[in-house]
Amino acid sequence: MRYSGFRVIKEALTGHKGWKPVWRDPEPASHYDIVIVGGGGHGLATAHYLAKEFGQARVAVIEKGWIGGGNVGRNTTIIRSNYLLDGNEPFYEFSLKLWEGLEQDLNYNAMVSQRGILNLIHSDGQRDAFIRRGNAMILNGADADLMTTEAIKKKYPFLNTSDARFPIQGGLAQHRGGTVRHDAVAWGYARSADSHGVDIIQNCEVTGFRIENGVCKGVETSRGFIGAGKVGCAVAGSSGRLLSLANMRLPIESHVLQAFVTEGLKPVLPGVITFGAGHFYCSQSDKGGLVFGGNLDGYNSYAQRGNLPVVEDVCEGAMAILPMLGRARILRMWGGVMDMSMDGSPIIDRTHIDGLYFNGGWCYGGFKATPASGFAFAHLLARDTLHPTATAYRLDRFRKGYLIDEKGVGNQPNLH
Amino acid sequence: MIIDHPLLGPRDSSEFTYLGDASLIDRPDPAGEDASSDFYDYAYLRDNPAGWHKELWFHEAGDRSWLVVTRNTVTHEISKVELASDVARAQGRSK
Repeated sequence: MRYSGFRVIKEALTGHKGWKPVWRDPEPASHYDIVIVGGGGHGLATAHYLAKEFGQARVAVIEKGWIGGGNVGRNTTIIRSNYLLDGNEPFYEFSLKLWEGLEQDLNYNAMVSQRGILNLIHSDGQRDAFIRRGNAMILNGADADLMTTEAIKKKYPFLNTSDARFPIQGGLAQHRGGTVRHDAVAWGYARSADSHGVDIIQNCEVTGFRIENGVCKGVETSRGFIGAGKVGCAVAGSSGRLLSLANMRLPIESHVLQAFVTEGLKPVLPGVITFGAGHFYCSQSDKGGLVFGGNLDGYNSYAQRGNLPVVEDVCEGAMAILPMLGRARILRMWGGVMDMSMDGSPIIDRTHIDGLYFNGGWCYGGFKATPASGFAFAHLLARDTLHPTATAYRLDRFRKGYLIDEKGVGNQPNLH
Repeated sequence: MIIDHPLLGPRDSSEFTYLGDASLIDRPDPAGEDASSDFYDYAYLRDNPAGWHKELWFHEAGDRSWLVVTRNTVTHEISKVELASDVARAQGRSK
């Protein structure tokens, strides 16, 4: 069923009796060409691009719970491509371009809103670093705009520009950045994948991999064995747990990242703003809540909740630049489990086991990467070659010394 | 989280900084035959378990001791706190 304005009007006039479930609930077949483990944003995007762009028909997505119930439903919905390094920036810019055409591609309203993102500058050294980053972005075809304090004051008059310790001295803006309705991304990809013949199998937990003579033949699941020509794992947050079933140790630690949302307010915040002196970022959802977050808690965790010291730190950051936020009441706070890789950058690659492919290590930046991650992983699964924008995301880069370390802090996941 | 420091008693976790898996105590032998591969494992690969995890915490805003904390990564419950120096000595290290 195609969605359109005409369709909405027709259904409104006929009592909304024509809407049907938008994906099937199939029994797993005994064998697929490609099985994707993980029905989150990245897994569903992979399935969509496999079916639509790479002509793969016999594809299944296997999900332990319900689709979109993991990190794609627990993030702060920001999209951007403001990276510095050559290994990252072309990939994230490719992702932003896919976001720009996503709704037409999926025929689904994902509420992609390019309201802009502004990284605030608080010192001369930071200005130099951000100018360098902005130039790297422009060189890779992205947009970047160095804003003066005056321009920022005009656009965001509520910001505290004259904080005694961290005065705002400008900002690096990416006007094409913004936010997307996160759940709709999972649902839109699922609907499209299903309509192209992908089986989405929910409530089906992978309990093991069947590996014979170094070749992965399929997955053991709570609903029986499912054979596969290729198995792709896209379960960021739980990658360590899943791949331990194949006796693999990964360059990844799982960490918890908290996020917060206030009560619904009238429109006050026209974009995404990040604090450059601490770690705090904030945007306003279309429902009116101010959505914000900050640093990782900083210790290994699979609990989808964090602790109070980080809450305090985030709120201090908020009060430093957005004092008006102090008047709002926090409605909800939650934690998501991140695959923190050893250099802060993701992995899309084969493993040493033939037929077993890995997509993970997305740190706290997986949401914005969803379309490109799905596209690049589908490219790898379908053609067995790396997508041109994702050639640096090799699993063996740590052994070979080709780290992609945006912050330059080394193999310390809680500092990325 | 409250970390029950073996010398100072219960302290808030915000006084500490976190390094990672306690296996980082066992630095490989740099003169060993497989040193390059051993150091890759040591520096980059982690067990990353969901459940009990032995990990290194540094009492930065306290007595600056290194601790080995046994903590559940699913519930954040802490079952055991030891001085890292005691753990290292028990493993045969001289200091």
